[in-house]
Amino acid sequence: MTALPRATEKALGLVIDLDTCVGCHACVTACKGWNDQGYGVPLSDQEPYGAHPSGTFLNRVHSYAVQPVDAAAQIVNFPRSCLHCADAPCVTVCPTGASYKRVEDGIVLVNEDACIGCGLCAWACPYGAREMDAAAGVMKKCTLCVDRIYNENLPEEDREPACVRTCPTGARHFGDLGDPESAVSRLVAEREGFALMPDMGTKPVNRYLPPRKKDRMQEASLLAPLLDIQATGFAGWLDRVLGKM
Amino acid sequence: MNPAPSVIVFTVLSGMGFGFLALLGVFGATGAAAFFLWGIGYGLAVAGLVASAFHLGNPQRALLAFTQWRTSWLSREAWASVVTLGLFAPQALADWLGFDWGRGFGMAGAVGVALTVFCTSMIYAQIRAVPRWHHWTVPAVFLAYAATGGLVMGGFSPLAVPALCVLGVVMAIHWHYGARAFARAGQTMGTATGLGGIGAVSVFEQPHTGGNYLMREMIYVVGRKHAERVRMIAMVFSVMLPVIALAYVPGLVGVALAVLTHLVGALAQRWLFFAEAEHVVVLYYGQRVA
Repeated sequence: MTALPRATEKALGLVIDLDTCVGCHACVTACKGWNDQGYGVPLSDQEPYGAHPSGTFLNRVHSYAVQPVDAAAQIVNFPRSCLHCADAPCVTVCPTGASYKRVEDGIVLVNEDACIGCGLCAWACPYGAREMDAAAGVMKKCTLCVDRIYNENLPEEDREPACVRTCPTGARHFGDLGDPESAVSRLVAEREGFALMPDMGTKPVNRYLPPRKKDRMQEASLLAPLLDIQATGFAGWLDRVLGKM
Repeated sequence: MNPAPSVIVFTVLSGMGFGFLALLGVFGATGAAAFFLWGIGYGLAVAGLVASAFHLGNPQRALLAFTQWRTSWLSREAWASVVTLGLFAPQALADWLGFDWGRGFGMAGAVGVALTVFCTSMIYAQIRAVPRWHHWTVPAVFLAYAATGGLVMGGFSPLAVPALCVLGVVMAIHWHYGARAFARAGQTMGTATGLGGIGAVSVFEQPHTGGNYLMREMIYVVGRKHAERVRMIAMVFSVMLPVIALAYVPGLVGVALAVLTHLVGALAQRWLFFAEAEHVVVLYYGQRVA
């Protein structure tokens, strides 16, 4: 049934640090790489080497310019993927029961064998987290690497989502956001993490950490001390003579 | 939103067909004409439902869509349409073969039609992420179209003309609320990214250089470019021309003209319904068109 569970035992999700993300797209590549061979059908590409390449991705990295009123503009890199909402509208609209939210850990998944590819769940998601695979005709979305995080064939340190494991700057964190004592929950509390479009009523699990406040811009030029010439000796004599001419 | 032809044909034809079936269910028909008229009604409704399967990625599993009626409006619509078509069957048979079975099945079927069309409209109206659709005027427009479509096909001017006028008013109200729906929903690039508190947010670089599913499906801008013209076409063809045809062109020719013009108008309205609707995901791509 595509009814949402009243509560989930855990609320696994991601915390993404917008201060630390450098926009390298490594998470996009790692995600595509892992999910090409793991859960469900592979993420297909259409015309990958043609004039109009296009493909299915579960994670996209946007870059925004943010212009404060009285400070310099900031560039913020912004990874966007499924937020594993507590009140996921993509789940309840599904006519076949293919979309569901797991009671044990809160992960939102698609049972591809039951997906008819109607696309209604992608319409229902405000965040653009779901993409229909053009080759298989089924809906693809972030699985939170459900086939990694519990996988005992992998070394302990690899049992986290591929995007988190690969991030070179440590901008992505994975954990139980339902437990207020977890590392991710404490990080969110400490850094005032926020949810995206909370007014859409989806109760997202994932949180974003805002860019840290910037120092004030340096008023004078860094070169200023070098321009104040205090020549001595012969150079000083030459400076004085030339100045009088 | 991408105006997929299969979905436009589905909603227009099945709406009109179900409307006509409801009319037949209530008022009935007799003899050979009954066979023909019920056939047209069933033909339209079923053709619409079949068309809806064409936009599915895996139509072979379409029967699974009957399983989630407790939460999904799409699933409820599947049930409502099949049950309604079933309810009408004995009535159609009785009309054709002249059995005196009363109009119970026809009346029940007419109620089923209202429920079916309501479920169809709720597939769209339930979606908060498309503010223009998330409004009570959407079921109102869908129901008005089904009712008028049926009455126009029946060629029953005393009811069809007032119904057409009501449709015109409902459509105008729907467009009036739709114009400011996105702004009313209150979502901006600032709330979408959560960065609005720092300053004005604009796109620095897009996440991908090619197109993707989201852009093809939900960031469709052609509709808004020609919106005013299509609105005019929808109003003139759905409402005004059928009224004129029914009022001034006598006999079957008048009805045929009314039906054809109404159908063209309905297709224009439904095309615009999809093409004009903006999904909030557009905000991540910064292409917001007011």
